[in-house]
Amino acid sequence: MVVGMTMETFLQQLINGLSLGSLYALIAIGYTMVYGILRLINFAHGDIFMMAAYFTYFGIAVFFLPWYVTFIITIGLTILLGVTIERVAYRPLRDAPKTSLLISAIGVSFLLENVATYLFSGKPQAFPEFPLLTTPFFIGGLSIQPVSIVIPIVAFILMSALLFMINKTKIGMAMRAVAVDYDTAKLMGIKINGVISSTFAIGSALAAVGAILWCMKYPSVLPLMGVVPGLKCFIAAVIGGIGNVKGAVLGGLILGFSEVLMVAFFPALTGYRDAIAFVILIIILLFLPNGLLGKKQVEKV
Amino acid sequence: MKKPLSVLLSLALVVTMAAGCSSGTTTSSGDSDVIKIGVFEPLTGANAAGGELEVEGVELANKLRPEVLGKKVELVIADNKSDKAEATTAAARLIEKDKVVAILGSWGSSLSIAAGDVVKTNQIPAVALSATNPQVTAGNDYYFRVCFLDPFQGTVMANYASKKLNAKKVAIIQEVSNDYSVGLAKFFTDSFVKLTGDPNAIVATGNYNTGDQDFNGILTNIKAANPDAIFAPGNFTESALIIKQARALGITAPFIGGDTWETNEFITVGGADVEGAVMSTFFDDTNPLTEAGKTFVAEYKKAYPDRENIAAVTALGYDGYMMTLDAIERAGSADPVAIRDALAATKDFEGATGMITIDANGDATKNEAIIKTVKDGKFTYMDSVTID
Repeated sequence: MVVGMTMETFLQQLINGLSLGSLYALIAIGYTMVYGILRLINFAHGDIFMMAAYFTYFGIAVFFLPWYVTFIITIGLTILLGVTIERVAYRPLRDAPKTSLLISAIGVSFLLENVATYLFSGKPQAFPEFPLLTTPFFIGGLSIQPVSIVIPIVAFILMSALLFMINKTKIGMAMRAVAVDYDTAKLMGIKINGVISSTFAIGSALAAVGAILWCMKYPSVLPLMGVVPGLKCFIAAVIGGIGNVKGAVLGGLILGFSEVLMVAFFPALTGYRDAIAFVILIIILLFLPNGLLGKKQVEKV
Repeated sequence: MKKPLSVLLSLALVVTMAAGCSSGTTTSSGDSDVIKIGVFEPLTGANAAGGELEVEGVELANKLRPEVLGKKVELVIADNKSDKAEATTAAARLIEKDKVVAILGSWGSSLSIAAGDVVKTNQIPAVALSATNPQVTAGNDYYFRVCFLDPFQGTVMANYASKKLNAKKVAIIQEVSNDYSVGLAKFFTDSFVKLTGDPNAIVATGNYNTGDQDFNGILTNIKAANPDAIFAPGNFTESALIIKQARALGITAPFIGGDTWETNEFITVGGADVEGAVMSTFFDDTNPLTEAGKTFVAEYKKAYPDRENIAAVTALGYDGYMMTLDAIERAGSADPVAIRDALAATKDFEGATGMITIDANGDATKNEAIIKTVKDGKFTYMDSVTID
């Protein structure tokens, strides 16, 4: 298999890896931003992603709204959900030990999963089709879905916008200040609550975009669909250096490419595909405990 | 502010827990005039659609025959959450807390196998409805089944691939965390290699885990191997996504699979891409073989008038319940061990899916399978195959 792999197959696998990795990157940014500000691993992030998928499903398949209206509503509702979770489950615990905050995050995660199972049933729902984005075009023997190209482009644009915001705007400066020193920032008159709410809003908006793109590529919606992507994107964030936005993107891409390339080069090991994420995590943490880009800590958000 | 809230929350927790317990205990007090049968199925998680279809069959049968030995039969439904660890707990809860005398289920061989030890050590008979893996009943005197087995199903599909599709090279995609999928893939491989006489007839194998959504990697490998057909037994959601992604990659080879595909979700998720997918199953609702089958179809249509077709696993759910009640009647008591002995002695029981005789392993001896395909968004009868 490995020897017989043609250039064409290899290129196809690279395209597969790029779009998967970009999706991981979008979700990983949400983990890394919240961690940068609050030192909290927001375990509910994967479930916020799942809820965004349901919002889109309901908008298009149940209420028959046009897709652009649905996307705006989805992003709005997901931001609302993210900010509400912070307000209800994390803010009251801000002065409590970090472990309590972590447990609260796990609790929110379970709550969302079970509420979704209860409300939407455990059965998979078919995500509406977007023929314009999913009908493949062929270049030689390569088959490319337009969405596979759209995903990395959207991810790149959003990441650039985010970096601009963090580095050049006032709210970005406030975020960096809170990330560097929470207490001092508070003393300097920065409105901590506003900064934290915006962080959750941005992270949730990215998760919503990630969910929409994810479902275009993998069109089924399930209450537990956020668990594995959530876990993997958390790993991606740690690999890249948690707290660092560029690191999260790098980690997401590394994870996406290594998963797909492992399948390409070692077809017999495809069942261990999820294990590879954890193996990479362990190896990187052994040598670079702060992750790939975690050392400088300049751009921590 | 914070303290009253937490007190309130913990109070709510205690109240709900108490409520949960009491609903179970009130019914068990009068157990002399009630016979309890456990229904052990995945109602949430990846396999939920399959579990729900079986429960429909069991509930329909219960509605038609609500009493045995002059006592009311009460169904206790337990959700095993499509999870092997939960399956053990759910089965144990049915036995220890709900005091059921027999258990029906579960959809998914892995889940049934997981509960095997629990029913065996507690000596409570269980009837698997659509679990086709041999391990479900092997070495377990308390597990029975009303469906055919995977060695048979694998042979049927290998014959189909080789004779009807004239396939020489087949690729396999299996769900490695699922005993059913791995077992069926193996039986298919054995049979297909024997039929073609080519030890290298399986040109590629792709593995995935339950819940995976991205299959582009394994499908790209399979595309490079250029098979004549792809055998992909596994859970319906993942299988539908596999077929969708295969078509997007430009793979045109036909997809064939096993009984687990026959759920509505396979078609809703797969859409136009699953048209032409072929699977083996247990029952054809347009042509029931027995009188019991005709009754079942008529009653089902009365109960669910809006359904377009009847899933085979629903018919098996119906058969499992009816066969268990027949055994209770012949045993003349609701003693689990007596029911077990009566189940083991089942001979020529007329079920909706055919005549059922239980063999020494606890399996139904069945030698007929139905082949269905997806046509115009519906599961459509193609062929019936008998192998002796």
